[in-house]
Amino acid sequence: MMELPSTITPGDGAAMDRSARGRLGDLVFGMIARLAGWFILLVMAGIVIVLVSGGWRAFSTFGPGFFTSTAWNPISNHFGAATSIFGTLVTTLIALVFAVPFAFGVAFWLVEMAPPALARFIETAVQLLAAVPSIIFGMWGFFIVVPFMAHYIEPTVTRYLGHVPGIGLLFRGAPYGTGLLSGGLILAIMITPFICSVMTDVFVSIPAVLKESAFGLGATRWEVMRQVVLPWSRQAVMGGIMLGTGRALGETMAVTFVIGNSNRMGWSLFAPGNTIASLIALEFPESAAGSLKLSVLLALGAILMIISFITLACSRIFLQRGTAN
Amino acid sequence: MMASPKSQSIDAGGWQRGGAQAVRRRLVERFVSLLCNLATVIVLFVLFSILWTLVTRGAGGLSLPTFLHSTAAPGSGGGLANAIIGSCEQTGLAALIGTPIGMMAGIYLSEFAQDGRIVSLVRFVSDMLLSVPSILVGLFIYLIFVEPAGHFSGMAGTLALAVLFIPIVVRTTEDMLRLVPRAMREAAYALGAPGWRVILNVCLRSARGGIMTGILLALARISGETAPLLFTSLGNLNWSTSLNAPMASLPVTIYQYAGSAYDDWVQMAWTGALLITVAVLATNILARWWLTRNGSAQQ
Repeated sequence: MMELPSTITPGDGAAMDRSARGRLGDLVFGMIARLAGWFILLVMAGIVIVLVSGGWRAFSTFGPGFFTSTAWNPISNHFGAATSIFGTLVTTLIALVFAVPFAFGVAFWLVEMAPPALARFIETAVQLLAAVPSIIFGMWGFFIVVPFMAHYIEPTVTRYLGHVPGIGLLFRGAPYGTGLLSGGLILAIMITPFICSVMTDVFVSIPAVLKESAFGLGATRWEVMRQVVLPWSRQAVMGGIMLGTGRALGETMAVTFVIGNSNRMGWSLFAPGNTIASLIALEFPESAAGSLKLSVLLALGAILMIISFITLACSRIFLQRGTAN
Repeated sequence: MMASPKSQSIDAGGWQRGGAQAVRRRLVERFVSLLCNLATVIVLFVLFSILWTLVTRGAGGLSLPTFLHSTAAPGSGGGLANAIIGSCEQTGLAALIGTPIGMMAGIYLSEFAQDGRIVSLVRFVSDMLLSVPSILVGLFIYLIFVEPAGHFSGMAGTLALAVLFIPIVVRTTEDMLRLVPRAMREAAYALGAPGWRVILNVCLRSARGGIMTGILLALARISGETAPLLFTSLGNLNWSTSLNAPMASLPVTIYQYAGSAYDDWVQMAWTGALLITVAVLATNILARWWLTRNGSAQQ
């Protein structure tokens, strides 16, 4: 801490005594604070070590083929990670496709179009949406979204897009309601508030003079957004999107309810699938301690951790650079 | 705001003179505004749809037995009492464990900058921990705590929640301490106070409103967590407050009940969902209100 002359107070003996005690206090306090900081490093290191060492048996048993195999056979002990990695990436991608435009739209509306009184209310509402526990999204998705998808959306989409060459492949198959698309949609709803609040913060923080000069030249709100605000805040917006991506990758409960939980890989977005997190949540109770299956689940956990760490690290770098300028 | 409807109508005259290009620009502007309004309406609609579903389906189970009876076999009229107690116990204990550690680590990040690299590393790792998939925390606690002990326990659930709790408190404590004016610290140092008293009695005291808000928000966040509890406290159909035994919690009970085939269990799941959502949202609103009130009082 700051070095301070201990002769500030005139009374010598008592002051010396007090400053010595103060120094001891600083020493102890500093030690406790450092321990708390190191504890965080320890927890993180623990998570990494435990998952990687726990999954080591799976990695060494199946080798690199683990990442490309779609097998999931607990009886013959054949496991592969490809399906769940595929499901994780596809649902996250669907979530982003829906969440980014919506988050942008809401942020744009909040910053540029909303009447101030209404804006505060709506902003709070959006933040409350982010606070709803994920299991609630899961239940709501399972009881409301899934039937709606099965009865209305999926048959309609199949009728109109199912025959289009190429992308038609994505929209074929029985309309179960549960599947990759439903999982992605629920994730989109969950991450929209996160991305939106980062975007709102960034859009508000742009220097007013930049926007004012563009408006002064006669630009419309959209032109100011596209040609001034977005280029200026590009990196922070990317950071916000990555933050949302990180959330979507690791989300468990909401996805488990609606994804259908089947270890299949195919083109159809309507088909049931699984993600790493949902697979772990469902299969864990059925894997005995010390079994190969448990090791496989831990290996999947390690893979999920690596994917989400990369995303989060990117997010942090983007956000730091974005807010620095 | 410069983009108020009034100023727009003033320069609207200017656009119209420009011919086809101006018409196109105006149309694009209108179209984008429409889409933004639509996006906002849809997002709000989703929020209200969730709340509406919870209220209409969950309110039917709000009765005294729900709060007094433990979970029971389908058809025998059980309640949620053990799950509510279990949730409160695990969340509360996790907060008790997590708050001091999180606050000290937050103090470390904001006040011990002379430690250099390691401070940035701790900050980076704490941010990572803030967004680590919560199911991985469950796996971690399972492997280091449940497997050696040989059984699931409420303590394991508490620890898993504490791991999720700490980084949120770290972040808020650091952010709030940074808001404390430099002059205030200098004044305290000038009076001869040792560093630790400056931090505790001056900085922390003036930041306590914000830190309390952060702790409340963190409480709200962990009280709805399901994934980390699945492999740690597991859930318990009977009344149990022992930390050394499997312990029920609202989210896990909701998860087990919602997927069941029994109508009364599904009903209980909705009621539990309503309870937890109301608690979480009320905490959030309270915390935000507190922050705005305290924030304005400080200036």
